[in-house]
Amino acid sequence: MSEVEITCVVNGVTVTKSVEPRMSLADFLRHTLHLTGTHVGCEHGVCGACTVMVEGKAVRGCLMFAVQANGKSIGTVEGLAENGELSPLQAAFQRNHALQCGFCTPGILNTAHAFLTSEPNPTAEQIREVISGNICRCTGYEGIIDAILEASSHYWEKSSNADR
Amino acid sequence: MLTGKPLPRREDIRLLQGLGQYVDDIHLDGMLHAAVFRSAWAHARVNTIDVSEANALPGVVAVYTGQDLADVLSPIRPRIAALPHFEDFLQCPLAIDTIRYVGEPLAIVIAESPYIAEDALNLIDIDVEELQPVLNWDQAAANSTLIHPTAGTNISTVEVGRGDCETAFASAAYTRLERFSIQRHTAMPMETRGLVAQWDEAKQVMTVSGATKIPFFNRGLLASMLALPLEAIVMKVGDVGGSYGVRGEFYPEDFLVPFAARKLNRPVKWVEDRREHFMATNHSREMYCDLEIACSAEGIITGLRGRVTFDIGAYARGTGGTPPTRAAQFLPGPYRIPNFECSVNAYVSNKTPSGTYRGPGRFEANFFRERLIDIAAREMNIDPAEMREMNLISASEMPFNMDKLVSYEEPESYDSGDFVAVFEKTLSDIGWDEKKHIQGTQIDGWYHGIGFAPFVESSAGGPREFARIRLAENGIVELYSGSASSGQGHETVFAQVLSDALDVEYDQIKVICSSTDQLVDSMGTYHSRSAVMAGNATLVTARKFKLELEGLAREYFNLPNADLEWRNGSFANTDTQAVVSLDALAEFAQKLERSVDVTDVFTYDGMKPFSYGCHAAHVAVDPRTGRVRIVDFIAYEDIGRVLNPLIVHGQSLGAIVQGLGGVFMEELHYNDDGQLLTASFADYLVPTATDFPCIRSKFVEVGIAPGNELGAKGGGEGGIVAAAAAVGNAVSAALSSLNVQVTDLPLSPPKVWKMIQSAQA
Repeated sequence: MSEVEITCVVNGVTVTKSVEPRMSLADFLRHTLHLTGTHVGCEHGVCGACTVMVEGKAVRGCLMFAVQANGKSIGTVEGLAENGELSPLQAAFQRNHALQCGFCTPGILNTAHAFLTSEPNPTAEQIREVISGNICRCTGYEGIIDAILEASSHYWEKSSNADR
Repeated sequence: MLTGKPLPRREDIRLLQGLGQYVDDIHLDGMLHAAVFRSAWAHARVNTIDVSEANALPGVVAVYTGQDLADVLSPIRPRIAALPHFEDFLQCPLAIDTIRYVGEPLAIVIAESPYIAEDALNLIDIDVEELQPVLNWDQAAANSTLIHPTAGTNISTVEVGRGDCETAFASAAYTRLERFSIQRHTAMPMETRGLVAQWDEAKQVMTVSGATKIPFFNRGLLASMLALPLEAIVMKVGDVGGSYGVRGEFYPEDFLVPFAARKLNRPVKWVEDRREHFMATNHSREMYCDLEIACSAEGIITGLRGRVTFDIGAYARGTGGTPPTRAAQFLPGPYRIPNFECSVNAYVSNKTPSGTYRGPGRFEANFFRERLIDIAAREMNIDPAEMREMNLISASEMPFNMDKLVSYEEPESYDSGDFVAVFEKTLSDIGWDEKKHIQGTQIDGWYHGIGFAPFVESSAGGPREFARIRLAENGIVELYSGSASSGQGHETVFAQVLSDALDVEYDQIKVICSSTDQLVDSMGTYHSRSAVMAGNATLVTARKFKLELEGLAREYFNLPNADLEWRNGSFANTDTQAVVSLDALAEFAQKLERSVDVTDVFTYDGMKPFSYGCHAAHVAVDPRTGRVRIVDFIAYEDIGRVLNPLIVHGQSLGAIVQGLGGVFMEELHYNDDGQLLTASFADYLVPTATDFPCIRSKFVEVGIAPGNELGAKGGGEGGIVAAAAAVGNAVSAALSSLNVQVTDLPLSPPKVWKMIQSAQA
């Protein structure tokens, strides 16, 4: 199959690769760029494990072709930690036991990060609503909701500082 | 003391950064990719499979059908709980002439990329002659169509019991028979199954990544199926995205992928897709039960008898016999019930093979029994809480002999605990006394009901577990455990236990969930066994390790008879006060070209630990739509000594929500042709964050297990086991004025609505 060259910015780094037009963005990240933190749980856009950020928005990596990411900026779970330290969101996940097997976690972190960036002062109900697009089979979601709520204060501080 | 502290998990650091290594994250040079060609028929005879077009597709390296491999295929033998006739119900990795379920592997394609391998599946041409499918108990019991003709039957039966039911029922003031059923559903881990197999031709060694749950057992099975010596196989354990019982058993692909890797002498990866997972990975829970209770006029339960029938699907897989066996064992539950009889039936059908799913048999048995007790209490006009209290085994009756209720095990006893106290705590926590009066009443259009369900459940399966402890560079202490984690936090919990046992800093300890080349043997991770079995194996081995260390320290001081004392992570000479740290000992050992590397085994020879507790649910039911809302749900449990409350609490909450998924949402649905109609997350609903926001879990440490040094009991399954029972009772209580009695799951809105309609008719 003929391949297409694409260029995108992944976690701040510009990459140019040649891909089959039918390759999904999730497979591109995982198997071409070896960023295996993005997980594939269903390949039909329901479970949310493959959620990554495209132009800052949470997007299903299995429902988008790599070629559609041409010229776009992509954020994956590998880009969340700050200077090798867990981000406040990640640290809150650890404190609140918001993960067990960890397979759905990257997608949930990206969903939460994109959400908190645009809505840094959410209610628990809003968080539940947003996270209801991601399936976790281990935790029962309680820890996840608590963690996101706890981390929201950091996003709030950041956004208020930015406003000043 | 770290044991018992809610330490956050250390494995989270890598998992949160996307640095875990799940099987599909493995890339090897020259790696090929497998895709499995599966049956689209429930029951059929294979005439021909034409793979010539698939073989001709550029990038396809090989295609193997059952006919091609007929000489090398052998049946996969069951791991535990083999019931009569199971030897005739076994599955070959590829069907050769008869297809027995939709999704059965018929051929395997190996190609240069997973995309090409899947393309090739569409080019395989198959001709079959369809046969009559067997899809339920009645069809199976008729035995007119035999799924495995050599067995001469579709049914496997054993009888268990204690006491004398005939007399008990003949003399009872009240008896009641009811039929209950639970729908087929399953575990659905977020990571599908996968394998990477690599054959080293020079060393004649097969390395298989993706192992979990029972790597050591599977190594033996694979060795015999590939006709290789045990040492020629290494099962590699990595990060695993959930198991809950289904993942890690030996499936057809566990033979096919290594076989192809060896045959082609190139690494082969196979990763199941979600649609395949629905039809290929074990199903569970499809069980019927006819259950009859005998009571005195006061409500003392004098007898319980019944018949459980479990649909094991087309073949007897590794754990197919476990759910019906455990259902029978736990039908009497936490009550005295002196007289009990149960016919345990497993039948084959033309559906995906079934096996264990978290709380196998317990989820079912608790639902059947607790529903029947509520029905009896209502009909005898006895308070349901009082009826339970008068029948629960009291603390003074511990240990309580439950007799031999499992055909392939010895008689067992409940070891310890206070069933009544935990029951009362649960009632008080759900607010039974205050809320009793709203039972069955309508508030703002919703009927409210409260239900509860005490339970008891076994743990610590398998009689022994090994551990290995090694002094590594820089004084790091490495613990190798064969009890692989699939998300339970073993790296943290075992480090807590070992840190206390050795009196060594937590950060100086590293826990490795072992591959088969890192430990002598292990029984694995199932039956809520890890905390108890691997935990105690850690203690036993730690003592041996400390003795070896002490010997080495004497050599270090060159004082063979010195009195040494362990102080702040170092050995101190009590005379001279000279100290040697683990770091220095590690260096010393290296200089001597020696290692401190000890292995020991923990064998459970005391009374097995039985966890117990009670679930309670407060529900509201909308009679117009049949929708049930969980207003409050509490799981109260005693698992003996809690090793890490944060992890245990998480296990429980997760299990509750999984259980509620099975109660309300999850159903693997087949049509009359045996076609699986639910093969995506769009058809098979699992709970999401908005479904069950009001759940709680609590633990008490009353029944410290007397049979093991840690005092622990299993904690991974208690959250799921009584979920259906408590909710079934709560919904029935809510709808009592409408004469609705829940006997079947799931309690989906249409089904609840229909129950209301038919009770009115």
